[in-house]
Amino acid sequence: MKFVYLLIFLVAFSANNVLGQKVEVIKFSQLQEIINTEAPSIKVINFWATWCKPCIEELPYFEEIHETYAGDNLEVVLVSMDFVEDLNTKVKFFVEKKGLQSKLYLLDETDYNKIIDKIDTSWSGAIPATLIVDNRKNKKEFYERQFKEGELSQIIRTLIN
Amino acid sequence: MKSTYLFTIAMLCAVVITGATFEENGYSVGDYAIDFKLKNVDGKMVSMSDYKNAKGVVVIFTCNTCPYSKIYEDRIIALNNKYADQGYPVIAINPNDPERQPGDSFQLMKQRAKQKGFTFPYLVDETQEVTRAYGATRTPHVYLLKKEKSKYRVAYIGAIDNNHKSAADASEKYLENAIEALKAGKKVSNDFTKAIGCTIKWREA
Repeated sequence: MKFVYLLIFLVAFSANNVLGQKVEVIKFSQLQEIINTEAPSIKVINFWATWCKPCIEELPYFEEIHETYAGDNLEVVLVSMDFVEDLNTKVKFFVEKKGLQSKLYLLDETDYNKIIDKIDTSWSGAIPATLIVDNRKNKKEFYERQFKEGELSQIIRTLIN
Repeated sequence: MKSTYLFTIAMLCAVVITGATFEENGYSVGDYAIDFKLKNVDGKMVSMSDYKNAKGVVVIFTCNTCPYSKIYEDRIIALNNKYADQGYPVIAINPNDPERQPGDSFQLMKQRAKQKGFTFPYLVDETQEVTRAYGATRTPHVYLLKKEKSKYRVAYIGAIDNNHKSAADASEKYLENAIEALKAGKKVSNDFTKAIGCTIKWREA
């Protein structure tokens, strides 16, 4: 009997946590659509990569926001800047290992000099970087740095209230 | 009269504040860059002023660990091989704190330089003061400097080219074009570009 429970637990656990979301490969025009669509009204778009240590350190804060505000007109979008050649190996492996639940994309572009300013003119191109779009107030905030614990949730709380 | 005073004070404050921010943000094209004296992988200290016959210097903040740095290593070697003899040598500086990024330790820098056969110095900016002064934010981050007597003026800041995946497919070779412009005594037409890179691993305050 215990074994059955364990089995149920394992299946449930793997379905919810171990298996992460799908990673969709996109071009910049698609990312622009994601940034510019009206709904949901608040979008938290984080640029990260599996090889970026500070990015990985702050990923749990984004997952926490995703979990806390799911269905609250807020969407967390994780945009991987990994090379597309690493999608099926490193990226998918990482996403599954961490069981990432936020929406996941991999931006596959080359000419970033033409792109970076269109995302935010204050961005030098270093990651981690985070764009927060608030459509209700027609406001954008950009952070080119790693968030410390509690910082992102504070920003989101301020934004929502 | 009082309001004039207040206005003057306010203006002075603004100048001071802007001045301070400028420094924090590092150099812009046209600024004079400081020389440095940093330890190379061979243990010797290197300064820009060591290059007596140089017409300029290609300072590249780069590291062992960042995929964007690694993908450009061969291109940096090729650039140095092409331009060092023409008066524009490459000096690479690793800005990362090895405490935060162990792969960027001095020992591993030595290894990397040997493995790849770097034909240019690969310096460690232990205090990160040079990196801060220049305002580098990512690796790789290029500062092309033009030598004016004993001073170094920033002529170009940014990326090496516009295609990290393939040098052959890069339609714009920003850095090479900038060096060619300096060589021809012309103004660099595209003197500031951006690229994706790894954030610099600053020492914990």
